[in-house]
Amino acid sequence: MLVLSGVSYRYAGYARPVLHDIDLRLADGEIVGVVGANESGKSTLCLVASGLAPGSIGGALTGGGLSIDGEAMADKPLHEFSTRVGIGFQNPATQLSGVTGSVFEEVALGPMNLGLTQPETVERTKAALATLGIDELWDREPRRLSGGQGQLVVIASLLAMRPPHLVLDEPTAQLDPEGTRLVGEALRKLAASGTAMLIAEHKTDLLDDLCHRVIALDDGRIAFDGPAGTVLEDERLVALGVDLPSRVRVASALVSRGLDPAAVLA
Amino acid sequence: MPVTPSPYHRLNPLTKAVIATVGSIGAFVLGGYVGPIAIMVIMLLLAWRAGVLARLARVSLLLTLPIAISVVLVSVFTRAGTTVLFQIGPFDATAEGVDFALQTLVRLFAISLSIGLFIMTTEPRAFVFDLERRGVPPRAAFIAVATIEAVPTLVERATMISESQRARGLDTEGSFLTRVRGLLPIVGPVIIGSLTDVEERSLALESRAFSRPGRRHLLWAMPDEGWERVLRWVLFVLLVGAAVARLTGRI
Repeated sequence: MLVLSGVSYRYAGYARPVLHDIDLRLADGEIVGVVGANESGKSTLCLVASGLAPGSIGGALTGGGLSIDGEAMADKPLHEFSTRVGIGFQNPATQLSGVTGSVFEEVALGPMNLGLTQPETVERTKAALATLGIDELWDREPRRLSGGQGQLVVIASLLAMRPPHLVLDEPTAQLDPEGTRLVGEALRKLAASGTAMLIAEHKTDLLDDLCHRVIALDDGRIAFDGPAGTVLEDERLVALGVDLPSRVRVASALVSRGLDPAAVLA
Repeated sequence: MPVTPSPYHRLNPLTKAVIATVGSIGAFVLGGYVGPIAIMVIMLLLAWRAGVLARLARVSLLLTLPIAISVVLVSVFTRAGTTVLFQIGPFDATAEGVDFALQTLVRLFAISLSIGLFIMTTEPRAFVFDLERRGVPPRAAFIAVATIEAVPTLVERATMISESQRARGLDTEGSFLTRVRGLLPIVGPVIIGSLTDVEERSLALESRAFSRPGRRHLLWAMPDEGWERVLRWVLFVLLVGAAVARLTGRI
């Protein structure tokens, strides 16, 4: 279980915290969505939850802390995070290492960094590619992949580290509809495999489909936290700059025209 | 494992690096015409065997030409000599200057052919991973490969930004001055964009245990045959021998 307890965080060089008193629990196998307007703190939350803030980018926790499986993670070296929580960002191009000649080598890079033996690395790499159903891409050059394929390779690279928690910061933000569909399917497979995920996304349809729970951020504070179905149907999200899922908008439009959504959509 | 279309490509990267180094330094050490021309011929033969002869000759000429022109102009007209071939204004073109320019040219071509052949037949990651296998720290190896591999990405980004700016009316064609002016709005976005990419890439790598200390077990290694090790030592000894002979005035 990944737990943020009363976390406040500010970036280096800034006096004002970007996150305020965040309490978040990501239980084993749970999928939690994070919504909010731009600049609401979604990406920062992802960085803090993965240990990269303040561990890699600097800044300071001005309150609270991160623990994983009951162990406080403050002052742990960054490489110790990599087997406990993996993080993926928006742009696949900048997450690929740029030093490998094939997808297989790219996915194998993490296990190699862990110092695993060659057979272990190969086994993990094959398993990660298979889990996401991208085995056939193994010999493709990473730089030549489409956006969606690239993002799948990034997620496979994280999976090969076998972290029980994944943090994904807008994994479909830079993808076209086909890429979004591919990543959505992959995340569904991961969800079924029991990997706990924290997913920050603007595309609420994806979260509506995947998440057990959703939290909404407003100016670095948790404004809503509850079951996905309940939070994503709350029309107050619109005031926070969050689009409601299409099923909610359609139902709302039907109701406003005096129609019964259940009857129309049945 | 990188694709290796010819037996020369299949040589261990260190062997090819030694050939390039010995070719480059050897051309300099030997001086004169025979040594550098022999090195040029050897490199061209190897390039022919590797199937990159035409490309190597073209690239080598293109890269060397601007320097060659400067060298010829400076050497022919400014080098003191007793045999004046012709005059342009206050400058005398001397036979000694022509001789020096030609000697410099063959050295330059020998060096560019040696280095070019290595670059065209060796994938950077193969070379660097081979060095890592020999004990170079993984971090240093990564930085070396990432730097080399970043060049095509930078070129792609610069082209994209240039085309975007041109679509918005920026004039990047025409006189030299116009081209320089056109470059300015491109340089900023290229550099800033690249820095942003580097920051995100470093975070992504941290998530993949990049900072973990200790050795890695590499997935593959380029073969290193016994005869290649012998060849490397022979080339090294030849180079040292040539340097000693040069220093002692025997050649």
